[in-house]
Amino acid sequence: MSTEITVTVNGTAHTASVEPRLLLAHFLRDVLDLTGTHIGCDTSQCGACTVHLNGEAVKSCTVFAVQANGSEVTTVEGLADGDSYSHVQQGFWDEHGLQCGFCTPGMIMTAEALLKQNPNPSEEEIRAGLAGNYCRCTGYQNIVNAIGAAAKAGR
Amino acid sequence: MVTSSFDYFAPTTLDEATSLLSRYRGEAKVLAGGHSLIPMMKLRLAEPGILVDIGQIDGLSYIREDGDGVSIGSMTTYREMATSSVIQSRYPLLADASSKVADLQVRNRGTIGGSLAHSDPAGDIPAVVLAIGGSVVARTRRSSREIAIDRFQVDLLTTALHDNEIITEIKLPSLAAGTGTAYSKFHNPASHYAITGVAAVVTISGGVCTEARVAVTGAGDKATRARRTERILRGKELTPAVIRRAAERAAAEVEDTLNEDIHATAEYRVHMTQVHAVKAIEAAVAAAG
Ligand SMILES: Cc1cc2nc3c(=O)[nH]c(=O)nc-3n(C[C@H](O)[C@H](O)[C@H](O)COP(=O)(O)OP(=O)(O)OC[C@H]3O[C@@H](n4cnc5c(N)ncnc54)[C@H](O)[C@@H]3O)c2cc1C
Ligand code: FES
Ligand code: FES
Repeated sequence: MSTEITVTVNGTAHTASVEPRLLLAHFLRDVLDLTGTHIGCDTSQCGACTVHLNGEAVKSCTVFAVQANGSEVTTVEGLADGDSYSHVQQGFWDEHGLQCGFCTPGMIMTAEALLKQNPNPSEEEIRAGLAGNYCRCTGYQNIVNAIGAAAKAGR
Repeated sequence: MVTSSFDYFAPTTLDEATSLLSRYRGEAKVLAGGHSLIPMMKLRLAEPGILVDIGQIDGLSYIREDGDGVSIGSMTTYREMATSSVIQSRYPLLADASSKVADLQVRNRGTIGGSLAHSDPAGDIPAVVLAIGGSVVARTRRSSREIAIDRFQVDLLTTALHDNEIITEIKLPSLAAGTGTAYSKFHNPASHYAITGVAAVVTISGGVCTEARVAVTGAGDKATRARRTERILRGKELTPAVIRRAAERAAAEVEDTLNEDIHATAEYRVHMTQVHAVKAIEAAVAAAG
């Protein structure tokens, strides 16, 4: 049984007929070819797949695409305004908040949500906000610096 | 990983949803926040043939002060509870525990109804609601009943809920004047699930503990009242020595079902339950003022 869904992704409405078991992460990557959203685990823990669903950060590997029917999704591809990066993206660039880059899209999407909830976080609050995002390279320090820099730029 | 195939329904009314559960009884599962069910389906530990998504039904997400207590709609998320001024002021331990479930993303999706229905042995909310008291409202197509929280958790991942019932609401009683509450957990640093967690709701009147409800999670097969601990607390002035003596019994009710896994031995869980019972009771007493 396929189900027809319409999901607005980064401002564009997409209608597709999908199997109910298709995960939102696979819908974004395989149906819409938006491969910025990464999949790093099978256990809903790593956060590499984080996107915004109706403005809230969610792990897109733990949402069926059919659950997003009628919703708005923002992925990492939707953050920049032309050539102009968001403060968080710029922060990751300036502070070198990555090494291999695999976790980066999820880190950035979580950081965007964190700064919306708390525009002026302490270092401790940034670290707590990243509880659901794993990085196997950086040791997190530059990621925390990047988000701190983004918060400063947003003030 | 990919789940097995299933048929999907997204009813927009409760009547439709309960009708679907009756029609496909035994085959259909409710999908709420999906943050226990989908991970289990991805690992093929669960393979329901039909999912009834209750996320499209209006009016299941609310926090309402009515009459004496507070009613919480079953689809209310952890984030909504953690940031609600009503929950923060009337049940501080529920706001605090909700803010410590998992991570920011999971808190945006996971629901109070789902966490109670799932009854994970390491879940936070079942112990907190057990310590507060109250009841779970469950509806079928034809009827509605209220299940006292003390009779709700039955066994590992098992509740008193029938497979044609949907939790619509959690009813919490008003707490007496002089009541303090606290939740203290020792969490798994990766998932944030409780290796052990203790919820305490303590009422002090005239310097003496008049009522105490203490519930333990993580250590045994389900959230469980620590009744021996409660009995030691009741009727006494809660000095550090009394609290310590009461906390030593905190794991007594789960002794026969202790968890032992890669995260902690049974012995360590008992010890940490006692440690966190002291922390939770002390903090509840301090909050009782
Ligand atoms: C990475 C990760 C970390 C986590 N860490 C924690 C943690 O630290 N502490 C913690 O407590 N939990 C934790 N969880 C679990 C999380 O809290 C789940 O959200 C919760 O256990 C289930 O709620 P849900 O709304 O997602 O339910 P679902 O997953 O949708 O459903 C769970 C079960 O309950 C049934 N159900 C759901 N709602 C209803 C209803 N209204 N009526 C009848 N049946 C219903 C479903 O059929 C299913 O069997 C974690 C989850 C993940 C993925
Ligand atoms: S891929 Fe979604 S949490 Fe790891
Ligand atoms: S930069 Fe490699 S996982 Fe984070």
